[in-house]
Amino acid sequence: MNRVVWIRTAVVVGFILLLELLCRYGVIGRMTMIPPSEMATHLWRLLQSGRANADIAETLSNVAVAFASAVVGGFVIGSILHSVPRLRRAVDPFLATYYAIPFFAFYPLLVVIFGLNAAPIILIGFLFGVVAMIINTMNGLDRIPRVLIKTARVNGLGPVRTAWLIKLPSAAPQLFTGIKLAIAYSFIGVIAAEFIMSTSGLGYSIAFAFNNFDNRTMYALMLFIITLVTIVNAFFHVWERRIMARRGR
Amino acid sequence: MRQFIDSLIFAAVLVGLWQGLHWFAGDIAIASPGVTAERAWQMVGTASFWAHFRETFSALGYALAIAVLGGMTIGLLLGLHRLSGEVAEPILVSLYSLPKITLYPLILLIFGLGMSAKVAFGAIHGIIPIAIFTMGAVKTIAPVYFKTARVLQLTRRQLVTTVVIPAAIPELVSGLRVGFSLTLLGVLIGEMFASQRGLGYLVMNAIGTLDVPTMMAVVLMLALVAVAISATLLYLDRRLHHRAA
Repeated sequence: MNRVVWIRTAVVVGFILLLELLCRYGVIGRMTMIPPSEMATHLWRLLQSGRANADIAETLSNVAVAFASAVVGGFVIGSILHSVPRLRRAVDPFLATYYAIPFFAFYPLLVVIFGLNAAPIILIGFLFGVVAMIINTMNGLDRIPRVLIKTARVNGLGPVRTAWLIKLPSAAPQLFTGIKLAIAYSFIGVIAAEFIMSTSGLGYSIAFAFNNFDNRTMYALMLFIITLVTIVNAFFHVWERRIMARRGR
Repeated sequence: MRQFIDSLIFAAVLVGLWQGLHWFAGDIAIASPGVTAERAWQMVGTASFWAHFRETFSALGYALAIAVLGGMTIGLLLGLHRLSGEVAEPILVSLYSLPKITLYPLILLIFGLGMSAKVAFGAIHGIIPIAIFTMGAVKTIAPVYFKTARVLQLTRRQLVTTVVIPAAIPELVSGLRVGFSLTLLGVLIGEMFASQRGLGYLVMNAIGTLDVPTMMAVVLMLALVAVAISATLLYLDRRLHHRAA
């Protein structure tokens, strides 16, 4: 561990301690926020009692489906657009302004179409993540050095082996960016959709606890989501670093 | 020109797809493009629509102002001080990818229902990407600029106003574009949950009464306004980057 990591850890721990003190000494009222230590103990109890298990499993499986379909769909659509330049130029302005559209406004519409079940939630997560993957796939494919494609041709590699041995590794950094964004966006999409309107899941449970003034459950679940998302992101970050380090050699 | 026509064709295909979905799913689920446009036109003529519209866009304006000022300040400070930048960057990135909707109850508890909660929620969506972009912009400024500034014996303040900000402007506009989209999203999510005014509320209210044309008309208008603003920023962005290159 180097100095930067130490300082960063100290900053984060210091911030949590500060919150704890502010809550303990009543600067932040109990009705607003409970101390982080209480959030943690209550979360521990909640997990042990198993009351939240169904909601956790549901949210995680929704996120998983949304994420997987966003990555696969984004990769396929991105590759197709990359190979048809004319179509790509036509679609480009739409992709560039896509994230300006406030998606969650579509969510009630999707509920009307599909009913109040997992389908519209997954679809929102997918719609949110897929375009990041499309854009990054195209960027990645753009950056494959010409000379490597020529080398492949000289060595008589077929299209499949060229894709596997040359194109995929060359595009990997951008693909990774796309994957990281897709995972973050599918979490955001799924949890926000559950929060706004649904009958189960973590987002719903937080909204339910809020409406019932059950601050302890609410903060315990918030802590759970924040910790989980941070761990997942950190995992991808480390994995990406490893791949980049191997390539640097 | 050909590209423009191709884009128009693509837009026409999207509208066609929408009409097709309408035929497939029926009036209860999806209003046809024609009906939606008609309803949108009708709503534009009413005063109550403009009241909701003003509510949403003034919340967006305040939130964006806070996000831009805050984000740029944080980004500049972190970008100019190398160690704090290295310490803060991963923290900012992980904050960026958090589902901030989970923090909405906290904001409601602090600010209460109403305008200030929406503004705060929009601002926390926008501030982080703007800070990240600003920091990146400052860090990628060519070192020769800083050397020149030192040779000219510029003060810290002169350095920021005459060298750092002008050099970082193209990236700042990119950050502003991302920040704008996310801030709007934040404000709308805020309105969709526990709110009595604004376009987000209008959408939620329309689903409560199963008024699909109104819902779609609001969404359509929101999308058009958002795309228009974002396209303007994108145009600016590309021109600035082009000039800088």
